[in-house]
Parts: sequence; structure tokens; C-alpha cells
Amino acid sequence: MSTVDLARLQFASTSIYHFFFVPVTIGLALVTALLQTRWHRTDDREYLRLTRFFGTLLVINVAVGVVTGLVQEFQFGMNWSGYSRFVGDVFGAPLAMEGLAAFFLESTFLALWIFGWNRLSRRVHLATIWAAAAGGVMSAAFIMAANSWMQHPVGYTINDAGRAQLTSIGAVLTNPVFLRSFLHVILASLITASVLMLGISAWHLRRGSHTPAFDRSARIALVVLVPATMLNLLVGSELGVTEGTFQPMKIAAAEAQWDTCQPCSFSLFQIGGGEDDHTPTKIIQVPHLLSLLATNHWNGEVVGMNELQAQYEDQYGPGDYVPNVFVQYWSMRVMAYLGSLVLLIGLWGLWRHKRLAESRRFLRVAVWTIPLPFVINTAGWVLTENGRQPWIVQGLQQTKDAVSPSVGTASVVVSLLVFFTLYGVLAIVGWGLMARFARRELADEPGPDIRENEQELEPSY
Amino acid sequence: MTLVAFWFLVLAVLWVGFFVLEGFDFGVGMLHGVIGRDEPGRRAVIGTIAPVWDGNEVWLIVAIAGTFAAFPGWYATMLSAYYPVVLVVLIGLILRGVAFEFRSHADGDRGRRVWGAALAAGSAVIPLGLGIMLGGLLGGIPIDSSQEFVGNLGDLLSPYALATGVTLTLLCCLHGAAFLSLRTTGAALHARARRAARVLAPVTAVLVLGFCIWTRVVAGGGFLLSFIELVAVLAAIAAAVLARGARNGAAFAATTVTLVAVVASILSELYPRVMVSSLGSANDLTTSNTASASYALTVMTVVLAVLLPVVLLYQGWTYHVFRRRLRGARVGGDESESGPTIPAQREEEPPAGASAGPARAPSRRDMSEAARDGGSRRSGDAHGPGSARESS
Repeated sequence: MSTVDLARLQFASTSIYHFFFVPVTIGLALVTALLQTRWHRTDDREYLRLTRFFGTLLVINVAVGVVTGLVQEFQFGMNWSGYSRFVGDVFGAPLAMEGLAAFFLESTFLALWIFGWNRLSRRVHLATIWAAAAGGVMSAAFIMAANSWMQHPVGYTINDAGRAQLTSIGAVLTNPVFLRSFLHVILASLITASVLMLGISAWHLRRGSHTPAFDRSARIALVVLVPATMLNLLVGSELGVTEGTFQPMKIAAAEAQWDTCQPCSFSLFQIGGGEDDHTPTKIIQVPHLLSLLATNHWNGEVVGMNELQAQYEDQYGPGDYVPNVFVQYWSMRVMAYLGSLVLLIGLWGLWRHKRLAESRRFLRVAVWTIPLPFVINTAGWVLTENGRQPWIVQGLQQTKDAVSPSVGTASVVVSLLVFFTLYGVLAIVGWGLMARFARRELADEPGPDIRENEQELEPSY
Repeated sequence: MTLVAFWFLVLAVLWVGFFVLEGFDFGVGMLHGVIGRDEPGRRAVIGTIAPVWDGNEVWLIVAIAGTFAAFPGWYATMLSAYYPVVLVVLIGLILRGVAFEFRSHADGDRGRRVWGAALAAGSAVIPLGLGIMLGGLLGGIPIDSSQEFVGNLGDLLSPYALATGVTLTLLCCLHGAAFLSLRTTGAALHARARRAARVLAPVTAVLVLGFCIWTRVVAGGGFLLSFIELVAVLAAIAAAVLARGARNGAAFAATTVTLVAVVASILSELYPRVMVSSLGSANDLTTSNTASASYALTVMTVVLAVLLPVVLLYQGWTYHVFRRRLRGARVGGDESESGPTIPAQREEEPPAGASAGPARAPSRRDMSEAARDGGSRRSGDAHGPGSARESS
């Protein structure tokens, strides 16, 4: 493996891992805030117990999410100094704004929420969880703005030094790719958190523990899950059309469409493929579906990869402009099929919502649905990031030109091993803790504070 | 002042703010096993920073992200050059970051020991690594004319860089001891925190004096200290004197000023350079040859002007909310010396099926709230051995 491949592997694995925690943080903060709001409004103590229960899971999840996010903040400079030099003028701004606007908000108010149960009034305490949740959403906004710029650079010029230079922050923040991908990520976070909440509630309902409370949380989860999934299938398909406009290669590769077609059909799956998926045997073709997905038109034209390759060679010089087609084809299908499956499971639950506790089969399935959103999220990221290759910034800089020239293969290998080991430990301990707390009974009477060190005396000033 | 100079100043403020705020968190982390001799004591010690450390750490993130935005060339060269050092800092940040949470949920003594050690080691390694990096910016590393690092690990670990790392680490340790003297009242905890400060302060003062002279020499200014270095030395001496007395607040103020002045002295000697090249000053990275263009800096300035005051406001409010002093509890003789004592606060893992929520002291406010809520907010007393009683 070359240094570029290793650096890519490192970025891909650390950010995929980080994104196991991000959607849970964003989504669970929102549903926890929702639960606490219900408590605040109704004064029904079941909601308070649920707030504390899911809040504890949120806090453990955040701990791992924060530290894995830290790594990303440094990694651009460590492994991708070529990229950092080239794009810093544009790309650094949303990252710095994320720190100033989102991280401060999220970390400060989450701590106030955790430790403030008895020190803040009920109303102010409720506000702290909403502020923390808002921090998470804003964080996603800035990161997606930065990422969307890599997919479809806007609001910049290339300066005399040959580097990208920001000319319009407004353009960066209204990038059509950004608006859709941000919504896509927020909805995915709600889906992830509600599936988690549904699955954990189902586990307790199956055991018959605290049925009234977990029946409620399961129903709330379903009410969030079904519309969020429906909406996200639409937003995702809209994002596909938008990316198809700016990154036609990404969409063509997702269908393994080598030749231009009109109208184009969508294959449910394929076998074979041979060298770089050149000769796949497509099974069950759905006529017009690809045209519809890629262009929003019944008879839309999808330009094939061969033609795009020729175009890019004219435009950018000789080179291979085709991403890994196999990965592209299957990540798209894993995402779409499992997403649809989650929707069906959600609809099933909604249909049975009045007698969830008796629907043994549904409850069993709901528990086993928990891993699905994580697979879907990963597939989605692989689809969009792999589909951009060989570019790191579409049309402006190639990935191979973006690595740090001064960093050797050995350094990358060592850091890769370090991260694998550390992240393995975090997975075992972090998820172990979450599983332990998820299986715990609801507190009969919620203690006023879940934390230690409340032995307070006089003010220190 | 130009925008470029202004952004160097902003980053300097962020670095200073980070070391002042997260500095005592590091100190508390390093010392928690020494000052808290048993579990309740350690919990009390960690509890002094538990609500604030994560927010304090954001100062570092913003400093790094701000460098990326304002000086991409600096960000790219610094992080790729200091690759092994940054990796160690990241290991520290990861382990320490999860240690707070994992330790508090640890099943038994072994888990608590492991995550306690991670907390202590991480708290030491982060300022050490970052200090080595900051010192190296001024001390110089081999950088070629295309702003790329061309040296090896030995170049990064130069004596001056190591001295910077050690000075900052020890200073954070002292800062943490001073902070704990201020924030604890439990007789044994308070006494041990003060003893730690008393022992550390003179050593640190000597180190700061030596470091400031060295900084001056490295910067090519001779032996005569600049104003800011003089402040650092005087504050360090003041800290050593004050640590012997009873004025904990003044001692903490002195360590704060020392940290501010030490970090500021490195950065002020550095300016307008941002990374010194040991291969000749023509290769130095400067604010002007690494900065973003003025449009990006203007955008960032507006964002900063709007957000920073708000951030300072709510971070300040957090300190106000959590302003009370903490004390350890009487277990295993940790609080046996004198003064009123209270029992251990947090109950251990409850037996299966029992209530999960650890209890807490019913403060006056709880009582009144309980009354107001019609008893809906019952105090934790009923949970038995875990509950605490407030005394004042």
C-alpha cells in the first residue's frame, strides 16, 4: 500500500468510526430534549425517568464522540498538509466556526445539563439540553458545509499561488449540495437515534419491565422514525440528482453505467463484474428508475463512465477518473435497501402501536434493527466519498496531491495501528457501558443527580 | 493593526486561554490520585473540574481550527512536522477525554485504577507534547524553502522544546494544586492540595526563571528579560510565596498570571514569525507567508466578534453555577483530621432491580422545590448509604 492509500484508509476508518457516535449524539440529544419537554409540559414522571435513562446513554456516547472528533481536527494537517495548504483559506473557516459556534455550546451546555439538575430551575435546565442539542445540529451544519465544498466547490477563486481562496462565504453556505446533504445527515441522525430508542424500549418491553414507560418511548421513537425515514428517502434521492449534476461520475458509477443511456433502468443487483466491474450481469432491471433517480425525469439521460472519462481526459489531462465501481454500486444499494427496510419496520410498528407490548415478533425485530442505521450511515458516506475519487476537491485537487510530503509511510502505519488499538478499546468499553446502562431498569424514583461530587458547602467566592 | 496581525493575536489569546483554563484541569488530573487518597476523595477532586473541563478543551480545538482558517500554511507545516508529537498528544486527549466518563462508571477498583491512570497520564502528556510543539515554533526545526519539514524526531525534541514542555507541564500541575486549594474545603483534601502547591511552587519558580532567560536567548535578545518575561518570573515567585500562606485565591491568581505570561512570552518572541526554520531565516514561516487572504480573515473576524463574547458569557455563567467548594468524605480516614465530615456520597452499583439513580444531598433548594412540586422531587436520602448530608 502506498502512503496515499494508508492515509486514505486512516481518514476513512477514523471518520467512519467517529460517525458511529455523531448521529447518536445529534439524534439522541434531540429526542432526550423532546422527552424532557414532555415532562416539563405534562409533569408526568414517566417522561422524567425516560429523560434520565436516555440522557445517560447520550452522555456516554458523547464522551467517545468528542474524543474521536478531536482526531479529525488535527488529521487534516498531519496526513493531508498538501490539502490543508491548498484549501485552508476556504475550508478552515467552517471548521473554525464549528468550534466557536457549536463545540463551545454543546460541551458547555451538556455539562450544565448533566450537573445542573438541582442547581438550575426546571425551565433553565430544560433550555440547557435544547442548547446542547442545537450545538450538535450546528456542528453538523458547518461540517457538511465544508464537506459539500469538496463535492462541489463554490464561492472561491484560485489565487496567484495556485491555491483556493474564499470569495463568497454566502455561496459556501448556500451550496445546493450542502443544503441537501445537511438535511440528509440530520434526518439520518434522527433515524439512528429513534431506531436505538425503539430497539432499547423493545428489549425492555419483551422482558415486561416498566411497560408503561417503555411503551411510551417506543411510540415516540416510531413517531420520529417513520416520517424521518420517508423524508430522508426523498431528500437522499434529491441529493443524488444534485450530485449527479455536479459529479456525474459518482452517479454513473453507482449504477455501474459504463455507456450513456436514455432512458436508463436500475438493476436491483448484479453478479460478476470482472476487472473493475466492467462486465457485470445485471439482474432484474427496473425500466426508467435510474433516469428518475439520477435526473428526476422519466426519460432522463445518464452519461456513462466511458464518455465521462474521455471528457475528463480532455479537460484535466490523462489519468483515471473512474472511482471504484464495485464499492460505488454496492454502497448505494446497501444504503437504499436497508433504508427501505427500516421504513417497513417502522410502518409495521406504527400499525401495531396500540398493542406494542404484545407484538412479540415486532419487538424482537426492533431490537435487531439497532445495527442497521449504522450500516446505512457508513454506506452513505462511502458512496459519497468514494464516488468523489480520484478527486479530494472535485475538479480542483486530486487525492494523491493532497498528502503530506514530509510524512513517511512508517509514521502513517504507526498512527493507523495506534488508532485501531485505541478505537478498539473505546468500542469495547464505550459500547459495553452503553449496553449495560441500556439494560438497566428505570430508576424507580429518579435521583436528583446522576453524578458524583455533590458534597458542596459554601460558595468559594 | 492589520488583519493578519490581529489573527495572530486571536490565536495567542486562544492558546493562553486554553492553558489558563485547561491548565488547572491538567493539574487536577495529574494530582487527583495523590491528593485524593481514597475513592470519595478522588471523586471530590475530579468533581471540581467535571462540569468545566470539556468546555475548556474547546479552546484548544478552536485554536487549532483557527490556525487552519487564518494561517493554513502554519497549520499544514506544524501538524505534519510534529506528527509523532501530535500523535502522542492525541492519545492523551482520547484517553483523558473518555477517562472521566469511564472512570465514574467503572465496575470495580481495577477499572477505576486503569482509568484514573489514564486521566493522570493524559493530563501530563498533553501539556508536555503541546509545550514541545510551542517551544519548537520558536526554537526552530529544519524547514525547507517550500515550507516542508525536512528533519527527524530528534529535531523535534530539542533541549529548548523539551524545556518548554516540562515547564508548562509543571506549571499546569502547580496551577491545578492552587485550584484545588481554592476549590476544596475538606480538611485532608485541602491540606494536601496546599502541601502540593507549597512543594511545587518553588521548583516551578526556578524553572520559570530559567525558561524565561532561555527563551530570551533563543529569541536573540540577550539575557535581559522583556516585560512579559519579567511578569512571568515575578508571578512565579509570588506564587511560591503565596503558596506558603493562607490566601488561596491570591496564589491561584499568581499561577494564572504565570501561565498567561509564559505562553504569551513564547508567542510574543515568535511574532511576526510563526515557525522558525533552523535552516536559515529565509525559510521561516511568518504570519504573512502563511496567512489566508483578507476576505476569509474578515469573515472570520465578524464571526469571532459576534460569537466570542457570547461564549465568554455562558462559560463564565457555568463557573458561576458550579462555584461551590467541594469536599471529600470520610471514608478510610481520608477526612480524619478535623472539621465536620459527611459520609460518602455516591452509592456503588446498585443491586439489580434496585433503584439506579445514585442519590445526592437534599439541599435547601431541593427541599423548597420538593415542596413546590408537591413532593414530586423527592430527595435522595431514602437511598441509604449513598446519600449525603449537607452541613455548613
